[in-house]
Amino acid sequence: MKLELRGITKRFGSLIANNHIDLVVNPGEIHALLGENGAGKSTLMNVLYGLYQAEEGEILLDGVVHNFAGPGDAMAAGIGMVHQHFMLIPVFTVAENVALGHESTKWGGTLNLEAARETVRTISQRFGFEVDPDAIVGELPVGVQQRVEIIKALSQNAKVLVFDEPTAVLTPQETDELMAVMRQLRDEGTAIVFITHKLREVRAVADRITVIRLGAVVGVASPTDSNEQLASMMVGRAVLLTVHKDEATPGEAALVCTGLTVLDATGHRVVDNVSYAVHAGEVLAIAGVQGNGQTELTEAIMGLQKHVLGSIMLDNRELTGRSVRHVLTSGVGFVPEDRTEDGLVAEFTVAENLMLDRADQAPFVRRGTLQLGYLRAFAEEKLREYDIRAQGIGTHVGRLSGGNQQKVVLAREMSKDLRLLVVAQPTRGLDVGSIEFVHRRIVETRDAGIPVIVVSTELDEVSALADRIAVMYKGGIVGIVPGDTPREVLGLMMAGEKPAGVSAA
Amino acid sequence: MSTETVLRPGWKVPIILGVFSLASLLLFLLSGRQGISVFRLSSSGEAVQLPALELPVMASGIVISVLLIGLAGFSAYRVTRAQRTPLYVIVIFGVLFMVGLLVWAFVDATLPVTGLLTGTVALSAPIIYGALGGVISERVGVVNIAIEGQLLAGAFTSAVVASVTRNPFLGLGAAMIAGMLVSFVLAAFSIKYLVDQVIVGVVLNVLVLGLTSFFFSQVLSEDKQLLNSPPRFDKLPIPFLSDIPVIGPVLFNQTVIIYIMYVAVALVYYGLFHTKWGLRVRAVGEHPTAADTVGIAVNRTRFWNVSLAGAVAGLGGAFFTLGSVGSFQKEMTAGLGFIALAAVIFGRWDPIRATLAALLFGFATNLQNVLGIIGSPIPSEFMLMLPYIVTIIAVAGLVGQVRGPAAAGKPYVKA
Repeated sequence: MKLELRGITKRFGSLIANNHIDLVVNPGEIHALLGENGAGKSTLMNVLYGLYQAEEGEILLDGVVHNFAGPGDAMAAGIGMVHQHFMLIPVFTVAENVALGHESTKWGGTLNLEAARETVRTISQRFGFEVDPDAIVGELPVGVQQRVEIIKALSQNAKVLVFDEPTAVLTPQETDELMAVMRQLRDEGTAIVFITHKLREVRAVADRITVIRLGAVVGVASPTDSNEQLASMMVGRAVLLTVHKDEATPGEAALVCTGLTVLDATGHRVVDNVSYAVHAGEVLAIAGVQGNGQTELTEAIMGLQKHVLGSIMLDNRELTGRSVRHVLTSGVGFVPEDRTEDGLVAEFTVAENLMLDRADQAPFVRRGTLQLGYLRAFAEEKLREYDIRAQGIGTHVGRLSGGNQQKVVLAREMSKDLRLLVVAQPTRGLDVGSIEFVHRRIVETRDAGIPVIVVSTELDEVSALADRIAVMYKGGIVGIVPGDTPREVLGLMMAGEKPAGVSAA
Repeated sequence: MSTETVLRPGWKVPIILGVFSLASLLLFLLSGRQGISVFRLSSSGEAVQLPALELPVMASGIVISVLLIGLAGFSAYRVTRAQRTPLYVIVIFGVLFMVGLLVWAFVDATLPVTGLLTGTVALSAPIIYGALGGVISERVGVVNIAIEGQLLAGAFTSAVVASVTRNPFLGLGAAMIAGMLVSFVLAAFSIKYLVDQVIVGVVLNVLVLGLTSFFFSQVLSEDKQLLNSPPRFDKLPIPFLSDIPVIGPVLFNQTVIIYIMYVAVALVYYGLFHTKWGLRVRAVGEHPTAADTVGIAVNRTRFWNVSLAGAVAGLGGAFFTLGSVGSFQKEMTAGLGFIALAAVIFGRWDPIRATLAALLFGFATNLQNVLGIIGSPIPSEFMLMLPYIVTIIAVAGLVGQVRGPAAAGKPYVKA
């Protein structure tokens, strides 16, 4: 089925999310929609899927205009979507999830789940998936959950399939497998829209590329274009994709974790007997697929986890069992992975956020009173130093873009007297320009002789920043390898395999 | 993530069991009550007559206490082996403790077992209906604090309609409509206008209480004969089934409302877990966005199922006036709607478990009645607390941390 979008315009209040977007996707073609976070890709696809109503423009399938009042209409017309945040019900089985919304029933509305199981089996077989129709979805690994999403879309005979940032949660191997599935679908005649901001993937799998910036189509590119060409189209100016970084000059071991184990509320080992050391003046990157214990590992250092066994020593002082306050005053800077949830108070101003974790001591507070004059001067200075694009220090942080929010967090954490910097997902959701800035600041911190831990699920980022890389899998460290280890090796390690020649952690 | 469990189960359960075992032992040893308790298993006029059980108090008490201590010890042993205490151990413990308490309380007296249990079913009925309403509503994602109001509205309306029409079945229908009307308000405010569901629920309870009390004193009392003397449902023994000893009179010699309740429990259970309706209800309550993306109208589903929940709870209200008391009284639901809410949580949002929880509360209430009649040595003020103490122990002590429907209480707003 041929999909055609003509002049789609979608506004949210005064913001134009999509501005007269035209797009044609032919059957048997993988059409990549490339753009930065916030460029309007997902909005466009939600319009296509009937979740949003466009103010202007029309959607044509095989030349016929369609109006979708809701996702049900879009599905009935043959559009399927694999959502970035899986639209699966975690407590249901695979079969129940696939059946939902299109249940086949016996007498009196009784579910006929056998039909759904059969669908799951048939489609699984077609693509070589191993999916148990009776498994509870919430207990499956994310890679398998995504396959359930694909099965769900295909069970409705989707002729146009939209993949919205499908690789964000996958290991490199799983990404390769997903691309194989996409190619197989294409060869069977499905029209595929592939939404992403990852240049490597676009070049690997796309037949045609449409680049979107600030809600409008800026051009069409070819998969044979270079990364730099694609990036500059996406951003609108020439960008440096790699940070300049001198050889590290590591000093003494500063942070030493021995036998670190973290238990969650139900007693599962989410971090399992992990030992490593970070030296002054080096960046240790912790790589791994989301959800393999990285979050808990960083939170254990910060004192945010309840059940921590083993030892965490910073400059020969024990941190385990200490309060968050104690850890912070020991000179640990922490950039949490979810800045809107943990890093910032959206309803506070830029200035208030800049002193958030130091608001109980001089120079910000004297005799129980906020030193607003000092705070103002401090905030103005940081605003300039970190190039935070805000109307002023009184702007609410919630109104800033992701990149500027992250700069506020970085400014706060880096302007302390640091003994250790822990940065989790430093550039998640940031535009290429901000990524450059953040990476540069991290490298500068390292060069100032401070030990740095960077947790990232993006291999490009890991390779760009790391002096050494620790790969986590199922709560344990698979191995600690040099920063220039090839992607393929890292990818295998992220799936839990330990390649020959890698020392044990 | 590894699934190996390293956190040991806590000592909470063995300690609670131990305290209760010792309490039981001390009760028998120190109170020095001697004599014989008679447990009557069938009343006169039943087809099959079972002999009454005669239990010597001191001997039974010691045997039961020893068994209780044994169970507590078993639980402690499990903890040292890093294993949890199985639920059946707790259930057996509870039943034994209760038997012990009854033996002790009914020294030199006769306990009518069938009477105690029949009353339990009757007193549980409004709680069970309320809990079913709560389960449906919360499963679809709307917290239903207004069960109390739905019960009270059902009680009031059924009394008036049945009195005027002289037809109790019309009263039942009216009760459902009244419960549904309360739900309409809850649904409209919480789904359409996104008002906090707990607040709407609480306000509705107060509103219904005020309205019914006002009409009771201003209108119903003017002409009690016409407006507040509904015909009651008679007991309707089911042939054959009602002749089974103990179970027969308890379960199958009841009013129509109770029989409808059995059907309702079964229907809600089957419906929730085996039908298209239930799958969609649960999907909407767990992950409304996902339900939306497969073409389910989330807010419409919520609206109508909250209404259904109100209708079910309204039926429970009719039990007060048409099934037991025979007229409407001011504030006659007396907080049972909140006990129903506790039953929903104690029953982990499962209709069958919630029913069992409601039966437990009903039993506690009726036990208090029965003990009051024979004049037990326990102060009556304490006896009045019994159902609520059971509720607190049940919800706080035994349920622990449970997970309800993920999206319950959260309004669904499309981006």
